[in-house]
Amino acid sequence: MQEWANQLCENRQFGSKMTDSKYFTTTKKGEIFELKAELNSDKKEKKKEAVKKVIASMTVGKDVSALFPDVVNCMQTDNLELKKLVYLYLMNYAKSQPDMAIMAVNTFVKDCEDPNPLIRALAVRTMGCIRVDKITEYLCEPLRKCLKDEDPYVRKTAAVCVAKLHDINAQLVEDQGFLDTLKDLISDSNPMVVANAVAALSEIAESHPNSNLMDLNPQTINKLLTALNECTEWGQIFILDCLANYTPRDDRESQSICERVTPRLSHANSAVVLSAVKVLMKFMEMLPKDLDYYGTLLKKLAPPLVTLLSAEPELQYVALRNINLIVQRRPEILKHEMKVFFVKYNDPIYVKLEKLDIMIRLASQANIAQVLAELKEYATEVDVDFVRKAVRAIGRCAIKVEQSAERCVSTLLDLIQTKVNYVVQEAIVVIKDIFRKYPNKYESVIATLCENLDSLDEPEARAAMIWIVGEYAERIDNADELLESFLEGFHDESTQVQLQLLTAIVKLFLKKPTETQELVQQVLSLATQDSDNPDLRDRGYIYWRLLSTDPVAAKEVVLAEKPLISEETDLIEPTLLEELICHIGTLASVYHKPPSAFVEGSRGVQHKRLPGSTESGESESPDTASAAAVSDAPPAVIPSQGDLLGDLLNLDLTPPTTTGPPPPASSGMQMGAMDLLGGGLDSLMGDESEPPPIPLRMDTPQSPQLPHQSPSPPDYSPTELGGDLGGSPAIGAGFGAPPAAMPASFSAPVSGGLDDLFDLGGGVGMPMGAYSAPKTVWLPAMKAKGLEISGTFARRSGVIQMEMTLTNKAMSVMTDFAIQFNRNSFGLAPAGPLQVLTPLNPNQSIEVTLPLNTVGPVMKMEPLNNLQVAVKNNIDVFYFSCQYPISMLFVEDGKMERQVFLATWKDIPNDNEAQFQIKDCHLSSDAASNKLQGSNIFTIAKRTVDGQDMLYQSMKLTNGIWVLAEMRVQAGNPVYTVSLKCRAAEVSQWVFQSYEAVLKN
Amino acid sequence: MIHSLFLINHLGDIFLEKHWKSVISRSVCDYFFEAREKAVDPENVPPVLQTPHHYLISIYRGKLFFLSVIQTEVPPLFVIEFLHRVADTFQDYFGECSESVISDNLVIVYELLEEMLDNGFPLATESNVLKEMIRPPNILRSVVNTLTGGSNVGETLPQGQLSNIPWRRAGVKYANNEAYFDVTEEIDAIVDKSGTTVSAEIQGVIEACVKLSGMPDLTMSFMNPRLLDDVSFHPCVRFRRWESERVLSFIPPDGNFTLMTYHISSQNLVAIPVYVKQSINFFEAGSCGRLDITIGPKQTMGKTVEDLKVTIHMPKAVLNANLTATQGNYTYDCTTKMLVWDIGKLNPQKLPNLRGSLSMQTGVPNPEENPSLNIDLKIQQLAISGLKVSRLDMYGEKYKPFKGVKYVTKAGKFQVRT
Repeated sequence: MQEWANQLCENRQFGSKMTDSKYFTTTKKGEIFELKAELNSDKKEKKKEAVKKVIASMTVGKDVSALFPDVVNCMQTDNLELKKLVYLYLMNYAKSQPDMAIMAVNTFVKDCEDPNPLIRALAVRTMGCIRVDKITEYLCEPLRKCLKDEDPYVRKTAAVCVAKLHDINAQLVEDQGFLDTLKDLISDSNPMVVANAVAALSEIAESHPNSNLMDLNPQTINKLLTALNECTEWGQIFILDCLANYTPRDDRESQSICERVTPRLSHANSAVVLSAVKVLMKFMEMLPKDLDYYGTLLKKLAPPLVTLLSAEPELQYVALRNINLIVQRRPEILKHEMKVFFVKYNDPIYVKLEKLDIMIRLASQANIAQVLAELKEYATEVDVDFVRKAVRAIGRCAIKVEQSAERCVSTLLDLIQTKVNYVVQEAIVVIKDIFRKYPNKYESVIATLCENLDSLDEPEARAAMIWIVGEYAERIDNADELLESFLEGFHDESTQVQLQLLTAIVKLFLKKPTETQELVQQVLSLATQDSDNPDLRDRGYIYWRLLSTDPVAAKEVVLAEKPLISEETDLIEPTLLEELICHIGTLASVYHKPPSAFVEGSRGVQHKRLPGSTESGESESPDTASAAAVSDAPPAVIPSQGDLLGDLLNLDLTPPTTTGPPPPASSGMQMGAMDLLGGGLDSLMGDESEPPPIPLRMDTPQSPQLPHQSPSPPDYSPTELGGDLGGSPAIGAGFGAPPAAMPASFSAPVSGGLDDLFDLGGGVGMPMGAYSAPKTVWLPAMKAKGLEISGTFARRSGVIQMEMTLTNKAMSVMTDFAIQFNRNSFGLAPAGPLQVLTPLNPNQSIEVTLPLNTVGPVMKMEPLNNLQVAVKNNIDVFYFSCQYPISMLFVEDGKMERQVFLATWKDIPNDNEAQFQIKDCHLSSDAASNKLQGSNIFTIAKRTVDGQDMLYQSMKLTNGIWVLAEMRVQAGNPVYTVSLKCRAAEVSQWVFQSYEAVLKN
Repeated sequence: MIHSLFLINHLGDIFLEKHWKSVISRSVCDYFFEAREKAVDPENVPPVLQTPHHYLISIYRGKLFFLSVIQTEVPPLFVIEFLHRVADTFQDYFGECSESVISDNLVIVYELLEEMLDNGFPLATESNVLKEMIRPPNILRSVVNTLTGGSNVGETLPQGQLSNIPWRRAGVKYANNEAYFDVTEEIDAIVDKSGTTVSAEIQGVIEACVKLSGMPDLTMSFMNPRLLDDVSFHPCVRFRRWESERVLSFIPPDGNFTLMTYHISSQNLVAIPVYVKQSINFFEAGSCGRLDITIGPKQTMGKTVEDLKVTIHMPKAVLNANLTATQGNYTYDCTTKMLVWDIGKLNPQKLPNLRGSLSMQTGVPNPEENPSLNIDLKIQQLAISGLKVSRLDMYGEKYKPFKGVKYVTKAGKFQVRT
């Protein structure tokens, strides 16, 4: 045995660099032949050795599928080891040899009745791993028996098998009633069976977010808590994660669950500990704060969290990411534990960076001296990334703890003296923030900063330095010389520096107008005439206009009072934090993003909320789920690039100061900014109309809790603004800025509107409404005892509607109408009853509009967009089926970021690309994109190559599937070419139909 | 749940793959290799990586990467814990966890992986249970197997899997009944230039080796249980008894296991057994440096400090070291820049000293960073926290077992900054 294994090792041929050809390492012909002979040997021992060799080859990635029939022949044996080995082989290759795998079915069925429970369990386990449709059909009967087996070992194995089967064929599992059996197993007497049933149900539930699989009520919770004490560590994780989804009825229940979960905090398995922490963090919300138990619980949470940090570095990392969330939510838990976050020099870098982050979060007046001493120590370490972050951290300390600011500044100056290039640059960036926070306090250090001007080679540091020079131009004697020196290489600078330089020189001019006229002239012409960057051009023009029309106003705008930057700028936005707290221990908590942002396909992931301590924590019924999905979308975090309006006001909103919520003081600034855009531009364009009443609306604090049900509120129409601007193509074109230049503080709905505005840079008219097809007859009167139904589908302000005309062609009155849908591909379901209030008299027609939602049960239909409908009236029930245009499912937030689009486009395999042609279409590309936008097909970018316009478009379906498109339009050619890419390739065809329908109508 | 596992050696070769659901192409590892390259050192590869369709969660153990692929939302700690458990199991079965030993035992490895996870759900991870199903390799057995045609796979249902005490198999019999406990404490500390303790904490662990027949029920009590406020237990420990009486009551697994780990935080006063007087200077002129280190006992509770060792990771510019040690030997590896001074026993009468000059690369600016000193040491017969076991009682069985408790204190991450 030793020998052949060694031989195999030598035969391995994987190089250190993986290339495709090497994935397919083939075995030499001779070897296969030899194995074949041995497998068919009469001697039992030889057979077993041969199977072992085959398995070993398979393990190292060789293709031994050619031996399938020979190996399967060895399956009928009493030898348990041989049986196991053959099973291993089967699981691996059954997929590629489905017909052969059928041969094995009988043995499986027989093994499922074996007197030895180990064999029964093994058989049911293996069958579930064979992912071949034909086999799964045979699996049902044995599985049903095994789920009710007398032996708990078989039952617990069978429970997992249901999850496997569901993965292969969900429909089958539902039809066979396995889900109900699985639910029954939650009440099983054996804790291991309970744990596995919970695990299986949770996995199934993940692919069916709306099915109420885990029906959690006090009785089941009680059973789970009992099983929790007795099952394995892994089972405890599943049960705790499941408990975390439960919302207790009142604080007493909440407390009693907490009491029963706390012992898990002392478990040796860190995953158990963290899952327990999640349950406690969530249920704690419901406890009244004055309760003794609340305080006890807080105290109990600290030690286990600290202990997690003494584990292996990988565990530490995950723990630290979670502690970061916990510290933001409840800083009191770890406020005395600062020292455990001190960095050891041999910690892996990913642990170091996380520890540093938490140190800043815990920094307070009480411990700031210690923290600063540590940070200074770190700033002399070897690792560049870590050193940079440490320097930044010093700046954050200064901003967070006012008493320490002076000490921080002197520490930073010490660091600047080291002359280590990257340390100096980081220090300058953070000193700029300190100036913002404490104006007129530390300006004495400017001289030291200016000494290091030449060593700055990173854009961020250069921009920061330029900002400082511009801001304090009146105190720096040679400010004009300094800025002029930057101006020489203007075109080689990055955009960030160019913009900053422009603003700084304008500031300088406003402060010292006499000496710097030439300089400002120079920078304005550089920015407006010699630059290709629209941001820079726009800003240049605006300054130019401002300076030439009204210098006083210019001064008021450019040198306006700046709002102070907030103390904690990098906190996670509260609603997101609440959601993440519910996801402690999951990938979401590691990425600090809601699961919907990255879980594949985001199959309508349920947004979780912390329960409130009052009874306001409403339970999420399926009906509200879709609304919640919209309203819970994380409010846009302020984009980190410099923003147009902010910069006009010479506000430098570069990180780290940008990611927080805008300070309330900034509303005045917004007012001014909007005036500038509204009034200012109006006059620029010579437009007579009143400026739209935007400032008022902008001023309204946008609470993140406000449900943004419709992305464009009807009372404020972005198109109004679009119309205003549309008059002037020059300005319109100028505004074709990338969305990155969006004003920071506008929240979702408004920015949606402005987005439109910016994108309609071409100056074309307003987007039109969504296209809806004319009504067709769905149910002819002949088939429905005189009831004729014709109808169509439409999407109106974000709501899918089924619009029907019911006509009574019979002789008697019709009443009691009701409607029902069969399960369908996208879970369409009526959002309310069919509103036919009055009886329908003979020869009378009535128009009915039925709003739909997409939270109904899902089943793939053929064709995909088929909808089977049942309509009932006082006479009978009638069935018909109709097809809905898939464009109806395109949601309003289907506009992808450019970068995301690019990445996603590359990501989707080319096999999923489908190409279609639309003939006889005479629209210009702009008109087409406008028309498509009305149906929520968003144009993200446009490129013109050799007279051919390429439009890049994205749309998102209600179930979270993204479809990306490239549309090619050749001027004068009525044939468009559309290439569609989507992870779910089967929708492409229907999306194309929508394109055609929208464009041709 | 866990979808696939790849084992990757330090050269970046995938030498084993195992899929618990459908097969995922090896090319998914390319994302990992990319991150591996970026991280420079293998220790610095981030443990959780996101790729377009999968998540890669990896651990680095014994120069091997255990890389798991997952597709859905799974608690990452669960995956990492499991991967460590896999590595532990290999260690347990084969004595070490290395590429060569895994390749030599491929079939057992494959059988183990199959037994440990079913469809991504952990199945049997307790060493006791696994060993009942798949016997660890040994020479005698392989000889017997070849003669009799027997196999490594157990024929019976592992009893432990179903009982309420899954960690213990039934029908254990020993001629000599014995139970040994090792209390090991590691001091993690950061001491700054001036000798002040920046942070210090103790990680304690009680490892047990229990070879007792039948179903013994043990109770361990401590002289000073109040020290222990942050503990994690083996699942066998009855938590309620601990909460109410502060005693450890448990039916032990058979053989070696970790009974409990505890943590004594920096808020308590942690004794630091040695002090270090050091000065490391690099001179601008002459491209050389000086080093002078003396170590002396501080709070040793009257015990001897043994196995004392100082490791210093020197800046890149240090080419060589020319030093004299009054006790022990020193080595300087100029490729890894590691200076190791192996002192041995600390004699309080004659303090060990290491001094001399460092030769530096010329023309390179003086190193900015100050090297930290890493201290290793061992003190026998002492738990530095003061923890002491007072009694160990056995119920449920009639025989008289042999009992023993051993204490040892070591330095964990003990760093002195310069």
